[in-house]
Amino acid sequence: MAHDTLYAQPQEPQGPAPGRGGGRLAAVLRRWDTTVVLGLIAVVVGAALLVDGFATGRNAEFLLLDAVAIGLVALPMTLIVVTGEIDLSVASTLGLCSAVMGQLWLSGWPLELIVPAAVALGAVLGAVNGLFVTGFGLPSLAVTIGTLAAYRGLAFVVLGDQAVADFPGEWTDAAVGTVPGGALPWAMVGTALLAVVFGILLHATPPGRELYAIGSNAEAARFSGIAVARRKFWLFVASGAVSGLAGVYWTLRYASARADNGEGLELAVVAAVLLGGVSIFGGRGTLAGVCAGVLLLGTLRNALQLADVPSDTLDIVTGSLLIASVVVPNAVVLLRARLGRPRSGSAPPPRPGNAP
Amino acid sequence: MKRPVEGTAHPRSGARRVWAARELGVLLALALLVAVTAADNSRFLSAQSIRDVLLSASILMVLAVGQTVVVVTRNIDLSVGSVLGLTAFATGKLFVAAPGTPILLAVLAGVGLGALCGLLNGALVAAARVPALVITLGTLYVLRGIDHSWASGEQINAADMPRSFLDLGTATLLGVPVLALLAAAVLVVVAVWLSSYRSGRELYAIGSEPAAARLAGIAVGRRVFTAFLVSGALAGLAGVLHAARYGTVDATVGTGLELQVVAAVVVGGVAIFGGSGTAWGAALGALLLATIGSSLAVLRVDPFWQQAVVGALILAAIGLDRLLAARMAARAVRSQGRAREGTSHGA
Amino acid sequence: MSGPAAASPLLHLRDVAKSFGPVAAVKGVSFALHAGRVHALAGENGAGKSTVVKMLAGVHRPDSGGLELEGRPISPDGPAAAQAAGIAVIHQEPTLFPDLPVAENIFMGRQPTGRFGRIDRGAMNEAAGRLFARLGVAIDPDRQARGLSIADQQLVEIAKALSRRAKVFVMDEPTAALSGVEATRLFAVIRGLTERGAAVLFISHRFDEIFSLCDDITVMRDGAWVSTDRVADVTVDTVVRRMVGREVSALFPKQDVEPGDVVLDVRGLTRTGVFEDVSLTVRRGEIVALAGLVGAGRSEVVRAVFGIDRYESGDVRVGGRLLPPGSPAAAMAQGIALVPEDRRQQGLVMELSVERNATLTRLRPLARFGLLSGRGERRAATDLARRLHVRHGGLGDAVGTLSGGNQQKLVLAKWLATSPQVLILDEPTRGIDVGTKAEVHRIMSGLAAEDMAVLMVSSELPEVLGMADRVLVMREGRITAELPGSRATEESVMFAATGQPGAGA
Repeated sequence: MAHDTLYAQPQEPQGPAPGRGGGRLAAVLRRWDTTVVLGLIAVVVGAALLVDGFATGRNAEFLLLDAVAIGLVALPMTLIVVTGEIDLSVASTLGLCSAVMGQLWLSGWPLELIVPAAVALGAVLGAVNGLFVTGFGLPSLAVTIGTLAAYRGLAFVVLGDQAVADFPGEWTDAAVGTVPGGALPWAMVGTALLAVVFGILLHATPPGRELYAIGSNAEAARFSGIAVARRKFWLFVASGAVSGLAGVYWTLRYASARADNGEGLELAVVAAVLLGGVSIFGGRGTLAGVCAGVLLLGTLRNALQLADVPSDTLDIVTGSLLIASVVVPNAVVLLRARLGRPRSGSAPPPRPGNAP
Repeated sequence: MKRPVEGTAHPRSGARRVWAARELGVLLALALLVAVTAADNSRFLSAQSIRDVLLSASILMVLAVGQTVVVVTRNIDLSVGSVLGLTAFATGKLFVAAPGTPILLAVLAGVGLGALCGLLNGALVAAARVPALVITLGTLYVLRGIDHSWASGEQINAADMPRSFLDLGTATLLGVPVLALLAAAVLVVVAVWLSSYRSGRELYAIGSEPAAARLAGIAVGRRVFTAFLVSGALAGLAGVLHAARYGTVDATVGTGLELQVVAAVVVGGVAIFGGSGTAWGAALGALLLATIGSSLAVLRVDPFWQQAVVGALILAAIGLDRLLAARMAARAVRSQGRAREGTSHGA
Repeated sequence: MSGPAAASPLLHLRDVAKSFGPVAAVKGVSFALHAGRVHALAGENGAGKSTVVKMLAGVHRPDSGGLELEGRPISPDGPAAAQAAGIAVIHQEPTLFPDLPVAENIFMGRQPTGRFGRIDRGAMNEAAGRLFARLGVAIDPDRQARGLSIADQQLVEIAKALSRRAKVFVMDEPTAALSGVEATRLFAVIRGLTERGAAVLFISHRFDEIFSLCDDITVMRDGAWVSTDRVADVTVDTVVRRMVGREVSALFPKQDVEPGDVVLDVRGLTRTGVFEDVSLTVRRGEIVALAGLVGAGRSEVVRAVFGIDRYESGDVRVGGRLLPPGSPAAAMAQGIALVPEDRRQQGLVMELSVERNATLTRLRPLARFGLLSGRGERRAATDLARRLHVRHGGLGDAVGTLSGGNQQKLVLAKWLATSPQVLILDEPTRGIDVGTKAEVHRIMSGLAAEDMAVLMVSSELPEVLGMADRVLVMREGRITAELPGSRATEESVMFAATGQPGAGA
């Protein structure tokens, strides 16, 4: 028992409260993801009351259509961050897949082939990330900053600065089509279904549960027989494939394949995931929290836009929320510690030597 | 009792030699690139062409040097692009509002504004003990948003700024661009500080092993705070230089620049998880990235390739670092032989 | 051996006490450290030794009582203050700056400076060299700290303390991770320190070390002071009795078992530079000990068998079936379980709950139609914890809140849940108290009686001799002896482990 316990340091930036078992209401209410859900409800209600034109079917449709791309990419990103890694190349993957989609369309491929090809390409790009991270043991932060540049660069190499916009109407209409009679886009239905799949995978299956162990302590996970590298590799593949899918959606939704599609989206995705309560150090977070985070960000931006706040200025809101999502829980922990009322859930209580 | 057995003596010595090798690698790559490009088109080595490369490298260099100070402490400052954008615009606004402002004052104002942004980052990271990646991602947004809402679409043109200020961006001293001289001065000061002063070395200590740094009595929070302050101030300086060099500023200036800066730092051999790397290396990395831009143009390569090449370079650099580290570790195992500990240490 | 005990003490602990909430970790402990003498602090885990060390290190402030250094009361309010006062704590695994040169590790924040406040590297390296010369060791001051052996890291830490003119050295189980040769070198250094007038507080679980090195010994039990004596005046038996507060009976409750078929069969396992041509078999119902000095490659062999590390040649068979290398999952599927040596880093995920740790190895069997249900998991975890008498607050608590012994039992529980045929234990009782130790031994013995094949890596000779049916001894990556349990003695094992009679710790 060495140094690491001797000097009670690092409230290493504790992410939000740990996801614990037990269904007691108080425990649930203390959790960060609950806070985010409540925040989402508050924003929706507040906007409906205060902002003209918010509570309309047309607006809900746009809001949800806007949230699809971020929501899709945030799903695998959540799993990756839970393992303690990060994938910053998602938006570039989206862009490259979009560019390739455009180029293939120009060279006469049918969309029936292009779409699966784009998703497959995304998977391959993700596999490259996974190989660098797990095969060569490089930090994913650096690797995916590298591929962020590389994939975006390749997108420009493929398509240059042109835009391919002559996709058939039935495809582009399908991308923005809604469930009959409602404001619910089919794309959001698909995203929600995928979210359920990812949620079950993460929270209720053995491989998903193992991700938390990996993120908390990869070595102990390995000693428990978990194939750490393989898990991470496939997560990066999944992240690439879903980003490719998001690229297809983006292209069809805006009826335009461009090399700069989705530029900067990685930051929005990471912001949503962290806002949703996933710890940047891994091992903590829930998919429900992330979904709430995605919708909260989307709703807030939408409402403020309707309230005539210019869209560029909205970055202030996104950024502040992101900062608050990590500062507030930490400040609470520090404050509680100062008030001398350590809470078992939030801060490790000071441990007596080796208590019997 | 027997005499104490000898410690594991090492023929080769440590850290600094490896760093030197690492920087030599970047220098070699740079030389190779220049040689290949010059072989294709000798005009690449003309005074004018070199001046252009230096000019375009200087701003990135200043940013990369500032980023190094943060990265060696095992932190990262993603907000530098936004800080640069904000100060560039502020500088323009300053000249619009008070056309007679002395240049030195404008520079100081820019540095001050940058330092203020750095202060914000540093305070959040050091005081609230929150990961820098998240905080500076947040301030990246916030500062850019402030920039946009301040500018609200306005653009400041060269005509709005005094001639003497714009000259700063193009003037030369003994044939060397003043901008490059400024960047070099920043580089030398920071590099010497990092390598030869206690406070500078403490930054490496913090990045190398934060727990040990605390034990050694280093004021970790204050040093990290200082690092962000320096990075912010240098990003502010870079913003002023940007305004002088390009003459046109709006709220989008410097968007996405943080990635190039991180790329330069990583390519220059600064470990992304802190503890090692030098400002010299980061500056060389910035120079290499800038040179790639120019030489691709000279070699008549589709300019769209540039970003892809930068990405490949980052991957190559971190891969190479990994390889070097693995070889060093293997050598250590061999020389220590069986006396080695079984526990995996410092992994 | 003993100096003038009447001389005024260098450091005096007077009636110090420390509580954490309702738990009194240390209650009214007093003893004195004298210049030129090595003072042992003995006690079971949980006896409060660590808390005493933390008070000396300035990490904890005593609730009552106090410290006196050379007759003056001191109350260090942090590690830096304790260091400044002249108290140096050398940990089992020191925390160095791996990226920085050794000299800078020693002088961080106090580097000698030249003109304009610039660091004078030459002077710094020279000063570091002088310190190492004083210690009688050769470490290159200019080399990177990364890759130093733990023994060398401790020496760097001692050199650092010397440079700060420390008068009191507190060594917290410094030899736990050292080989015999390294421990011998450390003892020489410690004697050198005391000859120069330093006082040393030495904490160890190894009685041979205490009795060969120390002058005085203080025993603690349940946070309270029990006794302080000249080492010459006590025996191992009296010390153990005072530590435990009762007679230790049946510490090694080995049941005799008739071994069955060979279950684990390792042949010619080789990994260059680590271990070579290792062959061994373990039969059903048999406990085989892998003995040897730390660093002999024992842990590496069992890690390779379990698939954590790769090997270059050789093969591993379980029940006759070849095991694919490099896959812990495959090893588990064929019935191997490994209880690793480092509980906190390898055995458990400290941030996760007791429940999540307990079920981590068998999530798949617990899942129905691929899905896990909270209730099923909780039930499984409750069963496991009950079976091995793991004392815990609640299944939802982080395992970090458990005591060392209960953590180790939880690790055992999580592996026994996989119903292994072969159970590999790497230092199963390191750092746990005598009571739990006996319990772990009883569990091992019971498992062997139930026909499980047990392979145990242990550095504690009494454990090896008391528990094993067969003893394999490794030295420098090779198996050098195979002794039946009945014929294994301390001498024969040490001889095979060191290659010379009577050497080692």
